[in-house]
Amino acid sequence: MAEPIIVVSNLAHRYGDFEAVKGISFSVDRGEIFSFLGPNGAGKSTAINILTTLLHIQQGSASVAGFDVATEPAKVRESIGIVFQDVTLDRDMTCWEILEFHGSLYRMPHKERRARIEELLELVELEGKRNTLTKHLSGGMKRRLEIARGLMTRPKVLFLDEPTIGLDPQTRRRMWDYIKSVNEEGTTIFLTTHYMDEADQLSNRVSIIDHGQIIATGAAWDLKNMLGEDLIYLETSDNDAAGKLLQKMPEVTGIQERPHGFYAQVNQDGTHILPKIMDDLRIAGIRIQTVNLKKPSMDDVFVHFTGRDMRDDGAEHPSSMHAKTGRR
Amino acid sequence: MRMGFLTIYWRDMIRFVRFRTLLISSLVQPALWMAFFGIAMSANFTRLTTDVPPIPGIPNVGYLTFMAAGVIAMTTLFTSLFGGMTLLFDKNWGLLREVMASPLPRDHIIFGIALSGMTKSFIQAIIIMVFGIFIGAEFFMGFSPLNVIFSILGILLFVGIFSLGFLFLSAAIAISFESPEGMQGIMTLLTMPIFFASNALYPVNAFPPALQVVSMGNPLTHLVNGIRYFAIGDDFQAIGVVYSTTVTELLVSLSVLIVFALAMFGLAWWRFQKAVVT
Ligand SMILES: Nc1ncnc2c1ncn2[C@@H]1O[C@H](COP(=O)(O)OP(=O)(O)OP(=O)(O)O)[C@@H](O)[C@H]1O
Ligand SMILES: [Mg+2]
Repeated sequence: MAEPIIVVSNLAHRYGDFEAVKGISFSVDRGEIFSFLGPNGAGKSTAINILTTLLHIQQGSASVAGFDVATEPAKVRESIGIVFQDVTLDRDMTCWEILEFHGSLYRMPHKERRARIEELLELVELEGKRNTLTKHLSGGMKRRLEIARGLMTRPKVLFLDEPTIGLDPQTRRRMWDYIKSVNEEGTTIFLTTHYMDEADQLSNRVSIIDHGQIIATGAAWDLKNMLGEDLIYLETSDNDAAGKLLQKMPEVTGIQERPHGFYAQVNQDGTHILPKIMDDLRIAGIRIQTVNLKKPSMDDVFVHFTGRDMRDDGAEHPSSMHAKTGRR
Repeated sequence: MRMGFLTIYWRDMIRFVRFRTLLISSLVQPALWMAFFGIAMSANFTRLTTDVPPIPGIPNVGYLTFMAAGVIAMTTLFTSLFGGMTLLFDKNWGLLREVMASPLPRDHIIFGIALSGMTKSFIQAIIIMVFGIFIGAEFFMGFSPLNVIFSILGILLFVGIFSLGFLFLSAAIAISFESPEGMQGIMTLLTMPIFFASNALYPVNAFPPALQVVSMGNPLTHLVNGIRYFAIGDDFQAIGVVYSTTVTELLVSLSVLIVFALAMFGLAWWRFQKAVVT
């Protein structure tokens, strides 16, 4: 099980003098669903383009399915499938022709190809559109068709660059289920996303990537657990003093400052600790204005590791993190 | 068992048939050229050359017949040079990524596109022949039916190899350029000298020596030689100039086209190995 199918070490890539990927190393195990979670411009697509041999590797090394992308690109291409981030459908071909073309490119035998096309058209609910030109499809239908295309060949490794972008929630879930079932049939999946829930629900392991660097890697569950059991959000009359006070409590494993308040990470059920925290603050003469309790999400994980919110692109919120010695 | 280029061919032909305007214009345009330019110019040339007495003993053909071969050649040149344009659009629209990331060897992309361009040239050549004969071009005069078939195959052989050469060149340019405008510019720059420094529309005998040399190295001249040999004959006169072609000369013309096509394939292959498509 722990046999790697993608091995990347010290991979770096620059466009001119802009370094888009800054020496990343990671590996993906056979049979895994692995995701790159990161904001716009993090370098996700660049990494995918190198792994799929579309970009020449500049620095470091990478192998996919046992083949080196630099020396055996043809072998790599035999072993992979890709769904690109942006639409790459010929506007003047029908849905059926798109799939037929793709199957032929990968030299799928005629019978298998035709059967797979039917199966996939049904899966992505485009049977009724089989003879429709892709320019007459809605955005979501185009995406579904592209996913179907990526699944045509049942490759050893399937790369999905932000696969569910632009899909309605219901369709997204169906695509996730299908991606999982393809995975169960033996295809290793490498996906990039900037949706927390996608990384969380779909993947076995997640790497958080930002500014071309991998910041953290682990199972979604582990990453969230690094932030403790629960997160308590507080806005008080004196946030600094409140933070210092809480840091002394054994149950509090870290404080994350936010613009108007702060998060306290706690290592046990927050509902039990919250009354104690509120008592202590009141005794210290600090007035509490807002309280909120939540389970850590991937959002919080992202903020924790990058020091900024994923959704406000680029605008850096300096928020420091005073972690106590790790308890897990 | 490496037939991957047929997939590329299939897709390009689907598009050709599907874009009605493109299809119709590419079929009608050479016929129009024949109709207007051919009839107008042949009226002029016939008037101008009435003073030149035909040399006795050598069959004399009218200007329309003479230039019909040139129109086939010219149409093949244009269609082939623009045949690679589809690759540029594919590249810019991101469609080429699917193909570049697939196991299909890169030279099959070149072959597929070249094969579909060649098919288009064949269709056009046949249309021009049929339409030309209809408006009075004296093609295949006095040929036996078997000889006509042989001659048509000969013409298609020359047209085919010539078009491959220019399709490879076109593919090489398309994969190296970013903008359609840039490619268009290069094309225009190429077509002018190729077209006018050739024997397509007029004899080259009156050219200054330097231009005659250029014309001899010009693939278009060799294509026209081949077409005239098969369509009109190995010995005829037009506009007061005698054209006689030996089999050796014919084979030299064919060889020039083959060498040109191979060189252009090499160029395209090299450009495709370098190509980065994202
Ligand atoms: N062809 C290119 N030329 C120059 N810079 C590029 C090119 N492609 C990407 N970049 C830059 O490299 C960085 C990483 O881009 P990349 O597309 O890999 O990001 P990403 O993580 O996929 O982002 P997104 O979530 O928006 O798709 C960005 O800053 C981008 O501007
Ligand atoms: Mg991207």
